[in-house]
Amino acid sequence: MHGVDLWSKRSLWGALTTVDHKRIGIRFIVTALVFAFLGGVLSGLVRHQLSVPDNTFLGPDAYNQIFSTHGTAMMFLFAVPVMQGFALYLVPLMVGTRNIAFPRMNAYAYWLYLAGGLMLFGALIVDAGPDVGWFSYVPLAGPQYGVGKRSDFWAQMITFTEVSALLVAVSVITTTFKLRAPGMTLDRIPLFVWAMLITSFMIMFAMPAVMLASTALILDRLVATHLFNPAEGGDPLLWQHLFWFFGHPEVYLIFMPALGMLSAIIETFSRRPIFGYPAMVLALIATGFLSFALWVHHMFATEIPEVAKSFFTAASMVIAIPTAIQIFCWIATMWSGRLNFKTPLLFAFGFFFILTLGGMTGLMVASVPLDMQLHDTQFVVAHLHYVLIGGAVFPMLGAIYYWFPKFTGAMLNERLGRWHFGLLFVGMNLTFFPMHQLGLDGMPRRVYTYPASQGWGMLNFFASIGDIVVDLAMAIFIVNVLWTLLRRRESAMNPWNAPSLEWLAPSPPPPHNFAAIPIVASREPLWEPNGIVGRVDGLARDPPELLVTTALDATPQHRVAFPTPSVWPLLSAFATTVLFIGSIFTPWAAVWGTVPVAIALTIWFWPTREETQSHLKVEKVP
Amino acid sequence: MSAEWSRPPTFDAARLPSFGFGHQSLMWWGTVGLMAIEGTVFALAIVIYFYVWTRTSPWPPSVPPPDLRYGTLNTVILLLSLIPNQFTKRAAERLDLKAVRVGVVVCLACAVAFLIVRVFEYETLNVRWDTNAYGSAVWLLLSLHTIHLLTDAYDSAVLAALMFTGPLEARRFVDVSENALYWYFVVATWIPIYAVIYIAPRVL
Repeated sequence: MHGVDLWSKRSLWGALTTVDHKRIGIRFIVTALVFAFLGGVLSGLVRHQLSVPDNTFLGPDAYNQIFSTHGTAMMFLFAVPVMQGFALYLVPLMVGTRNIAFPRMNAYAYWLYLAGGLMLFGALIVDAGPDVGWFSYVPLAGPQYGVGKRSDFWAQMITFTEVSALLVAVSVITTTFKLRAPGMTLDRIPLFVWAMLITSFMIMFAMPAVMLASTALILDRLVATHLFNPAEGGDPLLWQHLFWFFGHPEVYLIFMPALGMLSAIIETFSRRPIFGYPAMVLALIATGFLSFALWVHHMFATEIPEVAKSFFTAASMVIAIPTAIQIFCWIATMWSGRLNFKTPLLFAFGFFFILTLGGMTGLMVASVPLDMQLHDTQFVVAHLHYVLIGGAVFPMLGAIYYWFPKFTGAMLNERLGRWHFGLLFVGMNLTFFPMHQLGLDGMPRRVYTYPASQGWGMLNFFASIGDIVVDLAMAIFIVNVLWTLLRRRESAMNPWNAPSLEWLAPSPPPPHNFAAIPIVASREPLWEPNGIVGRVDGLARDPPELLVTTALDATPQHRVAFPTPSVWPLLSAFATTVLFIGSIFTPWAAVWGTVPVAIALTIWFWPTREETQSHLKVEKVP
Repeated sequence: MSAEWSRPPTFDAARLPSFGFGHQSLMWWGTVGLMAIEGTVFALAIVIYFYVWTRTSPWPPSVPPPDLRYGTLNTVILLLSLIPNQFTKRAAERLDLKAVRVGVVVCLACAVAFLIVRVFEYETLNVRWDTNAYGSAVWLLLSLHTIHLLTDAYDSAVLAALMFTGPLEARRFVDVSENALYWYFVVATWIPIYAVIYIAPRVL
């Protein structure tokens, strides 16, 4: 057995201790999809409640908890983690290495994320779900109005998920810069890897803002600080600034991985290299930077100086430019390629249509006078669902169809895939398009019901029918996945004839990914006859060694022995969970709770004698 | 396909070293990543301080500014700790175990001295966290920095213990070197935080 195969033993113990990036990545993806399913059930309840006027199916309190948990789950438990799951799985394969950097830390990140998600839904079940929306504005969420522990569960869910996301981001950046196969210079890495690299940088600079904000919220609520209390010199607007300094980049760090997925799909299904690779990379980088200059456009309805509003309107228009550059590059790629109309490409087409509509309404709400009219109406609900479903969910579903044979060794059924796409496209538009009109007609968001005399009943009824169509589409998807997994028809190694390195590994890849690390000489190594010019020998199998290369040119620098499976990431995550949940109820948990965390982390770090012995066998001092 | 790509020329990685210092090592990238994240947190906490300042007059609001004595003493201790810190980092990069053992103990002593003085710092802030938003912002800043000190002091203690008891291999010196890098970060972030907590209330 390859020494690296110890990373991933097929047993319960193996599952609890694994440090295989692929298993951890799949866990992130599957868990995020389960949370999305639960979030979808909640939105079904919302649509049922709103389908007719004066409905009494849900009361206002239950409705508030349900829509808040829906938004929170979709943003924090689904959209970001699912993309990071794809990155954990694909980035090491795409850059030609055997594992993600810091694999134990990623195992820890997964368990933390799982604990945070379970806590949120657990809180909802015991009637303590967050009830003030996914951005949890003070003073409504503050100590004066936000009674009980509802806002605290929300705030601590932030801590869980953001710590997890930050750790994964650091791993993705390190992997991309230091673990690439020799010859894979920076201008040869796949665009998906570029997208995840930039996403990870954005996470590093955006997520601290929401962590600090939610910590400050807990402090205001638990130990009577006054950061958001205007009576003592604080300011509720400070919350909005901190939240949206994270919240706007958040939209783009959901969107950015999707751009990478689209580039991979469009390249493969156009059967030609992507048009304008340098322009694509620069557009991604520009989007990353600009996304930090937009946050105030969520706050046009507050007392912000007019000149600032003009600046943020202008910045919001500017960010359309890099997105447009990418869209034109994709069109050029498809125009000059030979299209292969398979399900992943259909989802890419769905992206074009839906995201463009969401972008148009984005330009509308980014202009101050229109926003003053549309703020807090159903128009905004329509806009954000067009952006997020078009900009992230469609590409993500296309990516599942595209990489499913890599993940499992089996192809999803093409006919069911087309039905899934068609019904989802129709259902999504039927659900959300009427909300534009409802918003223009003055229907506010976040109201649990409305009187018949307003005349909003018909459009709401259509929207609810649309939601049922969406459910049907997703049911077809679930059937397709289960049916394919049960039938297990073997797919070819590279069924789509794709150009990047993940398709060089068997499907599904063994724990060590590649028989040998390839030496790369092309941006599309599997398409060019001399794309791969050799292989790397001499890496030890026990301990499992990886090759570290230079950040820019990917020339070999040194070997590094990678960690073996360990149960301590799981136990450390458990101790951290006790600390986080405990400190919802008493500030002293932040003191005594650190003791088990410190013990667990120390044992995790402490090298065993066997481990050190095995390292000494292959040690070579520089 | 697989036969084609695994053909020679092959690159023999066995002749490469089994670890590297500085930006060659994965640990450096991980440490710098954490520094970027935590640096952002510090910067935002400073933003909070000045945001509250824009909403408050006079500054500090009806309390005396924090006493200079202990904060300044701690600044001196932190700056002096850079000497053993650099000594330890260099010793680690020479793989000099004896010198590293001396260095980590001295560094640890500096961290402990600093933490003791920190207690007096809290006592002479002249404001409680729940007095007003100014007090909340000051306590937030100082506590964020204290958390970093505590974690790095604990890290250093664990590392020092490992250096004395083993099991050791040469790449543990990379951990020592990166721990020293992180201490630089803790010192570097203290300078602006000191300026905000102790000097800003006197000049604003």
